[in-house]
Amino acid sequence: MKKRHSFMRSIAAAPHIFWSVLFIILPLLIVLYYAFTDASGAFSFENILSLTEYAPIFALSLELSIIATAICLVIGYPLAYIIAKAKPERQKLYIMLLMLPMWTNLLIRTYSIMAILDDGGILNTLLGTTMHIVGTKGAVIFGMVYDFLPYMVLPIYTCVSKIDKNMWEAASDLGCSPVKVMTKVILPLSMSGIISGVTMVLVPSISTFYISQKLGGGTFELIGDTIERQFVTGALNVGAAISLVMMILILLSLSVMNKFTDSDEGGIIV
Amino acid sequence: MKHLSRAYLILIFGILYIPILTLILFSFNSSNSTASFTGFSLEWYAELFASAETFIALRNSLILAVLSALISTVIGTAAAEGIYKMRSKFMKSAVNSVTNIPMMNPDIVTGMSMMLFFVAVAAIIGLEYESIGFTAMLISHTTFCLPYVILSVLPRINELGDSLSEAALDLGCTPIQAFFKVKLPNIMPGVLSGMIMAFTMSLDDFVISYFVGSSNFQTLPLLIYSMTKKKVTPDMYALSTLIIVTVFVLLVLSNIKSGKKLDAKKKGGK
Repeated sequence: MKKRHSFMRSIAAAPHIFWSVLFIILPLLIVLYYAFTDASGAFSFENILSLTEYAPIFALSLELSIIATAICLVIGYPLAYIIAKAKPERQKLYIMLLMLPMWTNLLIRTYSIMAILDDGGILNTLLGTTMHIVGTKGAVIFGMVYDFLPYMVLPIYTCVSKIDKNMWEAASDLGCSPVKVMTKVILPLSMSGIISGVTMVLVPSISTFYISQKLGGGTFELIGDTIERQFVTGALNVGAAISLVMMILILLSLSVMNKFTDSDEGGIIV
Repeated sequence: MKHLSRAYLILIFGILYIPILTLILFSFNSSNSTASFTGFSLEWYAELFASAETFIALRNSLILAVLSALISTVIGTAAAEGIYKMRSKFMKSAVNSVTNIPMMNPDIVTGMSMMLFFVAVAAIIGLEYESIGFTAMLISHTTFCLPYVILSVLPRINELGDSLSEAALDLGCTPIQAFFKVKLPNIMPGVLSGMIMAFTMSLDDFVISYFVGSSNFQTLPLLIYSMTKKKVTPDMYALSTLIIVTVFVLLVLSNIKSGKKLDAKKKGGK
């Protein structure tokens, strides 16, 4: 009787649970199925085993996205800090300035930097030079930083602006130098913001294919490009296997990162 | 220190905005060069407005965003209420983790899994993939919007607590009346912000639509993608400019509105 009662209490969640099982869990199981079968549907380890040939691409994606995330953190933390310390009206303006590019479609943003950095682009025309930027790793990293910087700044800003102003005073009254206040008090207190920022930059950077297509100039391939190519050419089994591995790696590292913060607000912004 | 902060803000916002502003500038270029500005003209806008493709894509995007926002808001709000009432901790965290999967997973994996799922569904019911194209798109968009709705409604329900709806029940409301007459009006701000978030997420999505979509249902981001695949033409600049301006107007409007609310609150407080 009691069991039935407690089930009835949460009956409102039933459509959602039904929806999640059908449209989240089932599709993932189908990915699993595709990853372990060949084109004819017979069970095979071939796709998973063939992934070793993609190891360099995995490594490159990891390298570029980690560099981009680190740059975002180094640039974004001071920015978030400055915004959080500004006057309230100013804060609002800055946050709006940060949201505008974020709400503008990623394709448009990426495309706009390509127009500037391209071989016959605006930068080269203005300077009268023939610098070759598009097609280098630097251009791809720049694209990732440019596109995802707001995702780093906003959660850190939210976190820093919530820190009690008295913390600063208390720490310096008790003899902390400004540097110590920063490293011993403010930085640890903004850790949950940093972690959601890192997640929100790392995950889209590691899986992007548009940025590398446009700014990589077709000279190198990231893991997102590989999946997209399998999709376009119809090699769905291999594509599924790569997606599966990527998903497992990302969900694992996210759960490890979440261990470091006990806040349950997660990476949600706006 | 103050000057240094200001210089830093100007530098970073400058870098963020230069590409967007040049893109806007070149949408008014009289030649089709994307590198040197030869004179003011509106010909790219004229060309854009002359193409039926743009309007169809815009209409499709809006239909999709409105429908997926509505469906995910209804299912998500009910789900938040159900999750709140769940007694079993295990059940609660299981539902939450499954809900968050589309948010944590890279878009490319979600897109891949959805596409494989709908390919299988189409094969089972014996239809061409094209003929379930719109349904597939709507289901996918609703699925990735759901976590954002739940995450914006659930904190409101937690904050509100049980006392109000218990009072309503004691005064003779049925549970359904208590929810619609007492609880829902109180959690409305969360429901609305979840709906707006779902709407923008759907409007902005490229990766998942790219995988799930079929050629007969093109959205705005998909159109931009196909436009940037070919050689650069400035009508894509014109389209982007219109999108950026729309986003800007919406942001300013929503800020003015929330600013007014804040003022009203302050006045009411005094």
